[in-house]
Amino acid sequence: MKSMRPERLVRLAIKNLGQYKLRAGLTMLGIIFGVCSVVAMLSVGEGANREIQEKIQRMGSQNILIKSVKVPKEGDAPDSKRSMIAAYGLTYEDAQQFSQYVPNLEASTPMKVLRYDVQYKARKLQTDVIATTPWFLRVQHYRMVRGRFLTSSDMEYGTPVCVIGSRLARILFAGVDPVGKTLNIDRDAYTVVGVIGDIAQGELPTQGELWLAGENQNVYIPLRTYLNKRGDLFVQLSEGGGVFEKIELHELILSIDKQENVTRAVDAARRILRKNHKVEDYSIVVPLELIRQARETRRLFNIVLGSIAAISLIVGGIGIMNIMLATVSERTREIGIRRALGARRSDIVFQFLMETLLLSTSGGVIGLIFGALIPMAITAATGVKTVLTFPAFAIAFSVSVTVSVIFGIYPARRAALMDPIEALRHE
Amino acid sequence: MSVPIVELRSAVKEYVNGSLRVAALRGIDLRIDPGEYAVVMGASGSGKSTLLNLLGCLDHLSSGDYLLGGENISQFSDNQLSEIRSRRIGFIFQSYNLIPQLNVLENIEVPLFYQGIPEAHARTKAIALAERMGLADRLKHKPMELSGGQQQRVAIARSLVCDPLLMLADEPTGNLDTKTGNEILELIDELHAEGKTIVMVTHDDDIAGRAQRVVCFRDGQIISNDWNGAPKP
Ligand SMILES: Nc1ncnc2c1ncn2[C@@H]1O[C@H](COP(=O)(O)OP(=O)(O)O)[C@@H](O)[C@H]1O
Ligand SMILES: [Mg+2]
Repeated sequence: MKSMRPERLVRLAIKNLGQYKLRAGLTMLGIIFGVCSVVAMLSVGEGANREIQEKIQRMGSQNILIKSVKVPKEGDAPDSKRSMIAAYGLTYEDAQQFSQYVPNLEASTPMKVLRYDVQYKARKLQTDVIATTPWFLRVQHYRMVRGRFLTSSDMEYGTPVCVIGSRLARILFAGVDPVGKTLNIDRDAYTVVGVIGDIAQGELPTQGELWLAGENQNVYIPLRTYLNKRGDLFVQLSEGGGVFEKIELHELILSIDKQENVTRAVDAARRILRKNHKVEDYSIVVPLELIRQARETRRLFNIVLGSIAAISLIVGGIGIMNIMLATVSERTREIGIRRALGARRSDIVFQFLMETLLLSTSGGVIGLIFGALIPMAITAATGVKTVLTFPAFAIAFSVSVTVSVIFGIYPARRAALMDPIEALRHE
Repeated sequence: MSVPIVELRSAVKEYVNGSLRVAALRGIDLRIDPGEYAVVMGASGSGKSTLLNLLGCLDHLSSGDYLLGGENISQFSDNQLSEIRSRRIGFIFQSYNLIPQLNVLENIEVPLFYQGIPEAHARTKAIALAERMGLADRLKHKPMELSGGQQQRVAIARSLVCDPLLMLADEPTGNLDTKTGNEILELIDELHAEGKTIVMVTHDDDIAGRAQRVVCFRDGQIISNDWNGAPKP
């Protein structure tokens, strides 16, 4: 049995391709672009996907976020400079009913989100002040950097304490340890008891945006303390005079015990809100649903991407077939000589298939390298997150090699089936 | 009596082109014994190349039998014929038929490549043969860098590399000038003297004079079969 060891075939293929360096290079280019674009697209897509997933996950897949939304009333023309009290949004009554009627509810975290001047000594800054309960920390998965968070005794007694975001700590205290210091929130004095983590731990979604970029610059105070000091009424400054607004709760986070109970809980919360509110002055964000939507979007994205990838790789494969057909017909005489000297049909098939395989694998490897470099360059240049995943590499590479081999079989077979006598006569 | 190298019995070869049938060999009986040097002559189109292709196992007979070294190969498969070509046949062509991208040694090694002989062994053999053909200083040259005579020497070395049972040459000097052609013919004489069995196609009567035996073809039939004037011993 004649047997040709693969490494001899590889060396033969290298020698044969060496005759057509330019042609081989151009053929490889098709594969390189195909593989490279597939890998690059997949990693940009995967980066976007991860980013969304992470951000949603940070909101807590077991949480339901409910927010107050200001709804413009009919007849509330922008030029009517009326000064009146606008009351809207979530109420304590809503919160109370949620606690009572939403099934599998583990915790309900009420929040007031207000903008105030925060001052320590000479430094002053306008920022979000969040009046909430001790549960907040648990629900939002924030990390304490120093000190402690709000406690239930703070809630009970309405103590004037606050926890500040790490960025605010840096800006306002500039190197001084803030714990134990007293700062002013719109003239009310609060003692700092802790510093809370930064962006790595995520932030609450706010109006308009789904999430806030940047570090944690908020101040957290006990809801009870705020209510004792200020109540529910506050002045919204706008052009043409102040408008009094009354919002009992800006946000409410309902934490459900298990993910599979979230849908049922959302339905219950919706029913309660619909009953209590004549206009829809609230919005419900369910991170779990967002995750599902993101998955669906990703599935679509993958289908589109897969089709583009398939097309580009098939185009590459056709390029290979084209070149190999030309090569085979140019080398008809060589085929005749080899057959006369004892090559079997299968030897000829393997010879040409090996040339195809070499073109496609080396093109594939170069494509993978560029496919890895391009996303890195994108990340470096634009800051867009990209993720290189092993499956992306494996899929792009194996598909390109498979496609090329499939397209290489026809030319190779054509070479092998030639009549050796005819082939020898070929000029 | 020794087993003949070639034995053709009522060998017929027909080419079918659509409805047209061309009989290239019309019932040939031919026997060539070990160590014989036979020249095949005849007008163009008389069937010389067809005979050589059949002897070289590049083609099947339409009918009749072909025994090579006593083995009837008429019914052999394509793979079996390939194997015989790589092990038992040495081809020398008019146009040399070297593979352009391979150097001298690599060209000589091709038949061994398809026999699956280890590279080191093949290399030793190829070097010895190239040196014998006077190509010692051309081992790494490509065919394009060689003269016609040198190329034909490479081809002869290649035909010898498998220690063939039968050497076949189709007008090996047809592309060469007289002087170079004579050198090649002398080489072939040498091989004959060593006991090789050789069948050579030629048009040239002078060349035919060198051989021990002349087979003349006309219209696919043997019209004379001389042992240089004398009848077969
Ligand atoms: N592949 C083929 N198809 C059809 N006819 C062929 C083929 N090869 C050879 N012939 C015919 O067979 C006859 C013998 O050809 P050939 O053996 O090449 O002659 P020679 O070598 O003596 O010139 C010629 O008539 C030729 O036309
Ligand atoms: Mg001829």
